[in-house]
Amino acid sequence: VLLERDKRGVGRTDIISTVEFNHTGELLATGDKGGRVVIFQQEIENKSQPQFRSEYNVYSTFQSHEPEFDYLKSLEIEEKINKIRWLPQKNAAQFLLSTNDKTIKLWKISERDKRPEGYNLKEEDGRYKDPNTIMSLRVPVLIPMDLMVEASPRRVFANAHTYHINSISVNSDNETYLSADDLRINLWHLEITDRSFNIVDIKPANMEELTEVITAAEFHPHQCNTFVYSSSKGTIRLCDMRASALCDKHSKLFEEPEDPSNRSFFSEIISSISDVKFSHNGRYMMTRDYLSVKIWDLNMENRPVETYQVHEYLRSKLCSLYENDCIFDKFECCWNGNDSVVMTGSYNNFFRMFDRGQRRDVTLEASRENSKPMQVLKPRKVCAGGKRKKDEISVDSLDFNKKILHTAWHPQDNIIAVATTNNLYIFQDKVN
Amino acid sequence: MSAIAAMEVNAEARRILAVSISKLYASRTQRGGLRLHRSLLLSLVMRSARDIYHSSRESECQSSEERMDTSSDPEEGQQQPGMPEPQTTLISSEPAQEEPDSADEECEITEDKENLSPTRQSRKRRGKASAAPDFLPIKRARLEPGEERYAAPPSCCRSGAGDSLIALSLNRVIPAF
Repeated sequence: VLLERDKRGVGRTDIISTVEFNHTGELLATGDKGGRVVIFQQEIENKSQPQFRSEYNVYSTFQSHEPEFDYLKSLEIEEKINKIRWLPQKNAAQFLLSTNDKTIKLWKISERDKRPEGYNLKEEDGRYKDPNTIMSLRVPVLIPMDLMVEASPRRVFANAHTYHINSISVNSDNETYLSADDLRINLWHLEITDRSFNIVDIKPANMEELTEVITAAEFHPHQCNTFVYSSSKGTIRLCDMRASALCDKHSKLFEEPEDPSNRSFFSEIISSISDVKFSHNGRYMMTRDYLSVKIWDLNMENRPVETYQVHEYLRSKLCSLYENDCIFDKFECCWNGNDSVVMTGSYNNFFRMFDRGQRRDVTLEASRENSKPMQVLKPRKVCAGGKRKKDEISVDSLDFNKKILHTAWHPQDNIIAVATTNNLYIFQDKVN
Repeated sequence: MSAIAAMEVNAEARRILAVSISKLYASRTQRGGLRLHRSLLLSLVMRSARDIYHSSRESECQSSEERMDTSSDPEEGQQQPGMPEPQTTLISSEPAQEEPDSADEECEITEDKENLSPTRQSRKRRGKASAAPDFLPIKRARLEPGEERYAAPPSCCRSGAGDSLIALSLNRVIPAF
């Protein structure tokens, strides 16, 4: 897949913490460590023509979450946006859910491009007229104005999580959604903020017996009763909400036995799943652990159907990666629109794509220095050991501070959004 | 396992233990509070390192018994001198120095916590190796010529500072939530 680059360097100092396209791909939302949400909108030049080029421009910016202080526990609650999920569009306005560690908010983003003029009782500047001066009546008219995009918080879902929220997922019924923290998953109704149902609780009676935590959760794209959650032990549980109110017993447990030859001090850390995503068709799910991406068939629990090594050359460096904390990095993964390609990030601003059908993979780099706008991205290669070929990069010269944790794929087209530490890159398929 | 290999594994295990403890300590001051997932992973690594440390120590003990040296255990000799100030970075430090440093650090963490007392008094904590917390540098008897060092039984009180650190850290990491 050759890509033409249409870069959008945002240049903010805040670190991007989540990236999400909406259901049509027209809007792209990013959340950052400072609690801000920036939404980009696609401006399409000549979409009717075969070689259209799209640009994403800033559409709306707002402060979603502020830092808070929990007085009971003497803890600061970070304003960092952990996840954003869009609701499918029902009317002219757009809605999204954004969450930090403790509180989920529903935001309405609406456009205003007309304003009323010609009130009977008010002047244009808003002052009230003296009623005695009014001699005639007229109907106010709507006249065009410069587009204004307003974001307003419509719901605040608070105080339901003791631990840190890692996931939110909107149900296919468009009425409910789930939120997951380290030990519990709650089910909410979008209209009701003062209560939620707890559907998974893995907190042990004695916390000393804790052996695993929930790392991600997602609703099935079509089956409103089904959701999955992944754990720090590398397992995925599929639950059916029809089975019981509390879904502590899973319907399916997906787990691959560990390869004993790979055992090390850090085996447990690297098997922890950092992200789980259903395929668009709902037949598969993908998980990301530290070194690999696995595709699971929902009908087969004992092993994944496909495994892709993201950066196997790091396996011998786990001790250093533990020391510099990189081993705790949580990479996300995503599917393309027709589930034929999956993508995930790595270090040195590299990101990887795996073409499932053609059994090909490619490593690309998101950086200003190495490519210019409109230029085709050059595939990169990391030299694991031995003689380094020209254009290859040795493992030791990788920059572990430049990590791509968040990526997103347009739901229909071959447009991807890749977030480096504080820049957002948008790449588009080159059309010949 | 040969004596040399056991020592290397032992040193590696101790280094990882020390790094883990410093991460644990650092995470307490992190913005947003203690992260359960991260603390759990740290405690798992410490547990593995502790187990490996134990088993390599045992094989070390066994092989040093065979040697019947007149001098004391080499690592022990390095632990004796002084109590260096707590380190902030542990990346490239001498493995043998880690323990007294971390012992010092752990000492600072745990001494002024009131809920340390139950741990101290209760010597029957099921599942945790060390019964007696030992903040002081290891004081192991020097071997007299002709003496043998017996392998420590699993529930031995004075199995070493590293072990007690781990026991304490593991005890305290998760219940802190």
